[in-house]
Amino acid sequence: MSQTLLEVQNVKKYFPIPSKLFSRKKEVVKAVDGVSFTVNKGETLSIVGESGCGKSTTGRMIMKLLDITEGKVIFEGQDITNMTDDQIRPLRKEFQMVFQDPYASLNPRLTIKEILEEPLIVHDFNKENRSQRVTELLEVVGLNKYHADRYPHEFSGGQRQRIGIARALAVNPKLIIADEPVSALDVSIQSQVLNLMKDLQEEFGLTYVFIAHDLSVVEHISDRVGVMYLGRLVELATRDELFGKPLHPYTKALLSAVPIPDPTIKRERIILKGDIPSPASPPSGCTFHTRCPFAQETCKIQVPEFRELEPGHYVACHYAEELETI
Amino acid sequence: MVELKLSNKEAYYQQTLENIPSKTPFSEFWRKFKKQKLAFVAFFFVVALILLAFIGPFITPYDITEPDYENVLSGPSAQHWAGTDAYGRDIFSRVLAGTQISLYVGLTSVLLGAIGGTFLGIVAGYYGKRIDSIIMRICDVLLAFPGILLAIGIIAILGPGLGNVIIAVAIFSVPMFARIVRSSTLAVKSTLYIEATKSIGTRPKRIIWKHIFPGTVSSIIVYFTMRIGSAILTAASLSFLGLGAQPPSPEWGAMLSGGRDYLNIAPHVTIFPGIAIFVTVLAFNLLGDGLRDALDPKIKE
Repeated sequence: MSQTLLEVQNVKKYFPIPSKLFSRKKEVVKAVDGVSFTVNKGETLSIVGESGCGKSTTGRMIMKLLDITEGKVIFEGQDITNMTDDQIRPLRKEFQMVFQDPYASLNPRLTIKEILEEPLIVHDFNKENRSQRVTELLEVVGLNKYHADRYPHEFSGGQRQRIGIARALAVNPKLIIADEPVSALDVSIQSQVLNLMKDLQEEFGLTYVFIAHDLSVVEHISDRVGVMYLGRLVELATRDELFGKPLHPYTKALLSAVPIPDPTIKRERIILKGDIPSPASPPSGCTFHTRCPFAQETCKIQVPEFRELEPGHYVACHYAEELETI
Repeated sequence: MVELKLSNKEAYYQQTLENIPSKTPFSEFWRKFKKQKLAFVAFFFVVALILLAFIGPFITPYDITEPDYENVLSGPSAQHWAGTDAYGRDIFSRVLAGTQISLYVGLTSVLLGAIGGTFLGIVAGYYGKRIDSIIMRICDVLLAFPGILLAIGIIAILGPGLGNVIIAVAIFSVPMFARIVRSSTLAVKSTLYIEATKSIGTRPKRIIWKHIFPGTVSSIIVYFTMRIGSAILTAASLSFLGLGAQPPSPEWGAMLSGGRDYLNIAPHVTIFPGIAIFVTVLAFNLLGDGLRDALDPKIKE
């Protein structure tokens, strides 16, 4: 088995709701409520879920862009949960982030060269080699050196995302957290960027944590997939396991919603009723019971354990075994 | 693999890229600013004023302090374009020489206020929490005074004189700059590219200098320009009240003050310095308006 690069242990993020005047009650939004997983060197772990399920928050906690309310993040054996900014700075070389919105993640007042040089300057990269490195980076992501003196607004979305990827690669990181890197792009550009990311992974031995909501994108790129619902992981398995034999009813519902480009194929679709409940007051027991077509009394009372049903296949459902046949 | 997917269009783009001039933020700004006709005129007027401030005292047709009792309070004529005052001094020459004083007071006081206010605003906006509350509450207190009253109070403590007028105007410019800079700091701070920079591990000092400050510059420039107009006005008011420039200085406010006793028999003594103040303040305000329209990112097409 390959080496563990990143370990996330039961992390939680509660955002306090500003208390109203005269109200003593302190309420919180449980954006992430106990998520655990490990990421092995060289693999791509995808995290999927509806918007608002806490997948981006998880990514931002790993990057230490948000304080962690509870739990631990361990990177290469080092517990980074409580590190100060100064302590973590040298480590940031090892993990970088690619953001969802390529339009907003690049400072419009800086040239591409300045944007790509920033990580090099911050991490004290040799001054003489900086511009050479910038050229190198641009070529690696399929742009060229003539782009260096231009401003972000002169580029298309796909090109900007390439620049975002180049910035993340600048300091040779081991881990890249990609927060919906293609969801803001056209479908035709999406595949370009995804293939680029795949190529880069092979070339530089990168490890990805890939946050997405598009299952077809996830199927294309991941080794393992985690499904999140309302701040919790409900299922985690290898890609083939998850797409071939989903165990959690939520995963089943998600997969049945993926369109198949063949009108002759008929299949049973699981259609979820209602909206995702508010994370400020999540349902009792299994948070999914309000929308689960198979919910029983137990589901309303007891929180299901996130258990390893089969080797490497984790699921949080009381009745996963019985549902396997459906 | 990736290379193949780049379309012909992209190859063409790469080839021609060397020949297309880059659209720098400044060239974009200049293109938009030129469209603002009124502001563009005001801009040249302000440039002319600044030039005049440098050469004004050397090109006056008459001595600005030497009395000429033969020509007391004479109206505009071919010899004295704007007439003469109660001591027979040429008003046109004095207005010309006064440009320097007014612009000097306006620019330095607003510059000092802008430096102080920008610093406080960025600190308050970036670090937030307690330091933000302290700075902003002090600013609220300062803003609760009418500007001129605050300036008079400061002069009462420091004593009259042009130098103290500069300090007084600077002090009451600080809270407004602090507020404006704080709000743009908050806006820039919440953008995704700041988060991206933080994820790289950039130190706060670099984030502030490289990302936050440049993001606030446009609002600083706009307010700076507009503020000069009101600073000139306040300085003139203080001099008019006898708290700023003292006679025989050709400061415009002081000239107004000197002419107010003769308003009925010789209105030109007050009219010409009055026009000078009016036109100068108007020019700075129009320029500020134009800059705001050209720099405002919200009206980007």
